[in-house]
Amino acid sequence: MSAALAFILVVGVVAAWWLARHGIMAKPWLEPGLPALPAPGPAGPVEAAASLRRAKAGLVVFLGVAGSLFALFVSAYLMRMGAADWWPLPLPRILWINTGLLMAGSLGLHGAQVATRHGSTAAMRQGLLLGGAAALAFLLGQILAWRELLAAGHGLAGNPAASFFYVLSGVHGLHVAGGLVALGHTTAWAWRDPGSARTRVLVELCATYWHFLLLVWLVLFGLLAGWANDFAEICRQVLS
Amino acid sequence: MATTIHGTADAVPPAETAEVELYHPHSWITRYVFSQDAKVIAIQYSLTAIAIGFVALFLSWLMRLQLAFPGTLAFIDADSYYQYITMHGMIMVVYLLTALFLGGFGNYLIPLMVGARDMAFPYANMLSYWIYLLAVLVLVASFFMPGGPTGAGWTLYPPQAILANTPGQDWGIVLMLVSLALFIIGFTMGGLNYVVTVLQGRTRGMTLMRMPLTVWGIFTATVMALLAFPALFVGAVMMLFDRLLGTSFFMPAIVQMGEQLSYGGGSPILFQHLFWFFGHPEVYIVALPAFGIVSDLIATHARKNIFGYRMMVWAIVIIGALSFVVWAHHMYVSGMNPYFGFFFATTTLIIAVPTAIKVYNWVLTLWQGDIHFTPPMLFAIGFIVTFLNGGLTGMFLGNVVVDVPLSDTMFVVAHFHMVMGVAPIMVIFGAIYHWYPKITGRMFNDLLAKLHFWITFLGAYLIFFPMHYLGLLGVPRRYFEMGETAFVPASTVTLNEFITITALVVGAAQFLFLFNMFWSLRYGRPAGGNPWRATTLEWQTPETPPAHGNWGRELPVVYRWAYDYSVPGAAEDFIPQNQPPSPAEVRGTMT
Repeated sequence: MSAALAFILVVGVVAAWWLARHGIMAKPWLEPGLPALPAPGPAGPVEAAASLRRAKAGLVVFLGVAGSLFALFVSAYLMRMGAADWWPLPLPRILWINTGLLMAGSLGLHGAQVATRHGSTAAMRQGLLLGGAAALAFLLGQILAWRELLAAGHGLAGNPAASFFYVLSGVHGLHVAGGLVALGHTTAWAWRDPGSARTRVLVELCATYWHFLLLVWLVLFGLLAGWANDFAEICRQVLS
Repeated sequence: MATTIHGTADAVPPAETAEVELYHPHSWITRYVFSQDAKVIAIQYSLTAIAIGFVALFLSWLMRLQLAFPGTLAFIDADSYYQYITMHGMIMVVYLLTALFLGGFGNYLIPLMVGARDMAFPYANMLSYWIYLLAVLVLVASFFMPGGPTGAGWTLYPPQAILANTPGQDWGIVLMLVSLALFIIGFTMGGLNYVVTVLQGRTRGMTLMRMPLTVWGIFTATVMALLAFPALFVGAVMMLFDRLLGTSFFMPAIVQMGEQLSYGGGSPILFQHLFWFFGHPEVYIVALPAFGIVSDLIATHARKNIFGYRMMVWAIVIIGALSFVVWAHHMYVSGMNPYFGFFFATTTLIIAVPTAIKVYNWVLTLWQGDIHFTPPMLFAIGFIVTFLNGGLTGMFLGNVVVDVPLSDTMFVVAHFHMVMGVAPIMVIFGAIYHWYPKITGRMFNDLLAKLHFWITFLGAYLIFFPMHYLGLLGVPRRYFEMGETAFVPASTVTLNEFITITALVVGAAQFLFLFNMFWSLRYGRPAGGNPWRATTLEWQTPETPPAHGNWGRELPVVYRWAYDYSVPGAAEDFIPQNQPPSPAEVRGTMT
């Protein structure tokens, strides 16, 4: 369970930092009155609109939940790896292409985010389309990888490494698919009202989510490919 | 709070918290059925949870009847007994307590207490309830499937959970796992709302450290649940794969009735780790909202500010963090490295420190308070003693050497029913009585409520106190019947009969509560806006029950913390949070 514990530790540190900045040391019984208004930030009044702030906070909290989910899957993987019947799975080469696609999508959305900041509508739309197309191609590539593995005789049931591969890539794929729904919504806004604060925040949220998906995939890919075996061995010895 | 503007009523800046774009219902269906109003969703959550809770209560009656008078009820056999155990445990812990505290009280109280018009994402909030209802229906459906519900025990340990001869192997276990996965998805949607509303929806002046402890408890518990429920989700998904698709995540090589199954190499211990990584935080997911609510009940009904507010907040947060590093104390008898046992025993005992601080602070709040023995106060005091009792036996069981011999006895049953069964239920009743006037606009019948309290409180002690003794004598738990046993004295049978009869009475007393709730809805006397003379924002709404949008035209502005009771020199013995400071107060803080 070391991966899950490490994740909880990170969340705990962030939470402690946040609480320390939000007056956890205050003595409310001594201080009736109104707290001072927050100084107007550089973001401007439109950006500060409540619903957009809520959307941002919502995504951050959701990433915490999804991060916990993947950390626990990784923990389970690390523990199961220690069993005697484990042998590594030969990964299909197409996974490298898929990883590249996911990176391209992440870059595309990053580009779109930069473009919104400069007010360049065309570049933003191109970035969004690139992100969406790359994510679709990634999902297709994952399905091809599954077919390749099945054709090579690595079914879901036999080798536990294969079982984990299907489950982990499947759960990750579902998260990508969910992201595509949100991206579709964002793209619609990018055509309807490209200059609005809402579009800008939506693009930013999509970009953040895509970076998260990429990070998770890189961790999973590293594990499944066996590069992290030594590290996993250490984790198992610390706490299995 | 770094800087504070000290001003009186004539110097009030307007509420500058942006208004939520509220969804306005257009028909009866969108107002009361597919409602996006957190208050309606809260009532939907609560009624569903209470309804399924009565099913679990009924199952406990059947179990008790079997234990005391084996063979009297012909339809109870070993299989059905295990099904009752499983469903009783799972329903009570997940579908009743978690749903009622977070989905029920969280939805109702968070927006009102922090001064918001509604939750942050009302649509997701509505979906949350409907997915929860679906999860409950899937769970209930397993009673009607061939083979019935699963009888694997509420912990669902593999391999036995999915092997033949465990009741409900065909459908029960599958529906249970699907229902849990649905519950978690639904809860996540609700949980995002509770957290983001506390983070972003607070009205002007409502700093974190001015929030009532109820909000702190529910908020921290929700954060924990969002982090811990994924562990159950992972376990449930992987077990579904094992059961339906033949993978071997948890299933070792195993021979079933002389036949070698195709499983091999899986680790049942892995499931236990995942389950308890969820399961232990779950104890505090239920306890923290109870801690928070009980603090507010005590302060309000003892007319005193809560003792050590800051320490109470810190204790909630520290308990939340520590509860993630104690899970393996549920696995001492599964076998583990002795150093791990030592580690987990130590963390388990450390968590008693912040918990004890909270108990001291409640007692010190009561000390020399102007205690009103209203039903909410009675239940709050009932909670403190029950929780203390259950917590102390937890200190025994947290030690490996004590846990190993007691683990499979009734002592454990008595311990966890005291600490996470009776104690949170006491708070739920206290909270319902406390907020009932706000939710319905009418007072409940005081006499019936007090009768309900005394039967429940004394009865719970009569049930669970002797059960500790049974456990120490060695009466095992999970046994369908004792049969001819030499290792426990015959008098345990008499004690079991006594416990069962008391359980029937206490269970029946809960119908007093139900009757009171429905009768008072119609015939209770009008309560007015603030019958308890409480300080927190939900009692200051322009309408009672609060209307859609909660606050009328303008959001409230908060000037003070939630516990200004019996302030010396004040005109009344409570000062609402939205009352501007008096000139005297302003002078006081200046000097």
